[in-house]
Amino acid sequence: MDNAYEPVIIGFLCNWCSYRAADLAGTSRLHYAPNMRPIRVMCSARVEPQFVLKALREGADGVLIAGCHPGECHYVDGNIKALRRYELLKRMLRQLGIEEERVQLVWAAASEGNVLADAVNRMTEQLRRLGPLRWRETVLGEDGHMVEHSGEKVAKEV
Amino acid sequence: MAAKEKPKFAMYWAASCGGCEISTLNMGDKILAVDEAFDIAFWPCVADFKVKDVEEYPDGYIDLCLFNGAIRNSENEEMAHLLRKKSKILVAFGSCASEGCIPGLSNLTTAEATLRAVYLDNPSTDNPKRALPQPFTKVPEGTIQIPVFYERVKSLDQVVPVDYIMPGCPPEAHQIAAVMDAIITGVPLPPPGGSIIGAGSVAVCEECPRQKNVKRIKRFYRPHEITPDPEICLLEQGIVCMGIATRAGCGALCPRVNMRCEGCYGPLDGVEDQGANMVAAIASVVEEGSGSLAGIDEAELQYRIGAVMDTLVDPAGTFYRFNMAHSLLMRARFMGDGAEKGAA
Repeated sequence: MDNAYEPVIIGFLCNWCSYRAADLAGTSRLHYAPNMRPIRVMCSARVEPQFVLKALREGADGVLIAGCHPGECHYVDGNIKALRRYELLKRMLRQLGIEEERVQLVWAAASEGNVLADAVNRMTEQLRRLGPLRWRETVLGEDGHMVEHSGEKVAKEV
Repeated sequence: MAAKEKPKFAMYWAASCGGCEISTLNMGDKILAVDEAFDIAFWPCVADFKVKDVEEYPDGYIDLCLFNGAIRNSENEEMAHLLRKKSKILVAFGSCASEGCIPGLSNLTTAEATLRAVYLDNPSTDNPKRALPQPFTKVPEGTIQIPVFYERVKSLDQVVPVDYIMPGCPPEAHQIAAVMDAIITGVPLPPPGGSIIGAGSVAVCEECPRQKNVKRIKRFYRPHEITPDPEICLLEQGIVCMGIATRAGCGALCPRVNMRCEGCYGPLDGVEDQGANMVAAIASVVEEGSGSLAGIDEAELQYRIGAVMDTLVDPAGTFYRFNMAHSLLMRARFMGDGAEKGAA
């Protein structure tokens, strides 16, 4: 593996809890992995599955969705909708060959800067072990790396 | 005496089943108006023209080319480039050309596995020599060549620029007739560059006559597991009807006969990924997790929601039945193919 590889995590953080948790982690001067690129959204339910897929296609190694704990959503049950989406998306991503660790959902209240920092640390470590995703290059073959089927490969194995 | 020369019409068939051609003929006697308005320049299914004839046409000679079928092998791709060059208006006709359709589902596996399934593992295949198609074969007379089978199925617009997209598997005959009628009578079409023609701009639900109430799904059913109520919304009954994430234009044919919409008219305007949108839609109609959440155990809640989602068998194949090749990820990933090479 490339020694210089550092996973890129796109973090969708809800405005009311998790983004404030990230803020708190900062103001508390917690040291944690710098691999997450945070994007503030109003609610974890704002994160459409399309956002996740697009992030993965465009070069992210993983996506972290963070929201308020169940029962504490600013919009009553937005986070429950996010959880339902996540549970279904996870099952679909499995079929698409994307490891479960690459897309994660965590709950982090505004007072839980440490919970968010721990989640980022844990996920960064997991993605380091998994290696880069590089969807465009390795799966879509946009730099020509994907081997087109030549016929000989199958014939030899039979 | 030569009358005023008629515009030229072509229709081609790449990786597809032939249903688009049948749907075109289903226009009934309107096909005669097409014949009256156009000279057929190339239509292998109907008239005896050869590729060589097309190669000899000047560029832009064909006024209207309906291209159906996905790009599955090198021949499909060559024909796409050739017909693009020779056509003034190129239409990605039908679901295969516009979004990959059923051939595109093989993007969920590898080309090798597809060939194995077809030539070796299929129970009805008798292939004692275990022969597989080879792009090049040496015979005493020289080397013969067949098209190269690609690793990934592509839609037409992923290979060449298209002017219009006409969705549907197949496009409904009345929609084809309306489009041909507009072209023949000179009604201006929307600007080219990939505009959708011959379809609606709302969801299939708008055309569906079923009664729609609040949806609270406790579990999902596959079509063979349930006899649906003929009056009520299928999704409401736990059948994964794609109507909510699918463009109208068909007149909700399938839901009208108690069959779920499978999504063949593709995503609605502004949606990049039909499957992802369906994930979002489904998440809103599952009952688990609604109601009071006071003192709820988070792991238990996640488990219960997961259990409902487990009853939805094969989400990728269901949500991307027609759209896999044109989805955001386009293809599944396989360890040892993509992953390791990427890490090298």
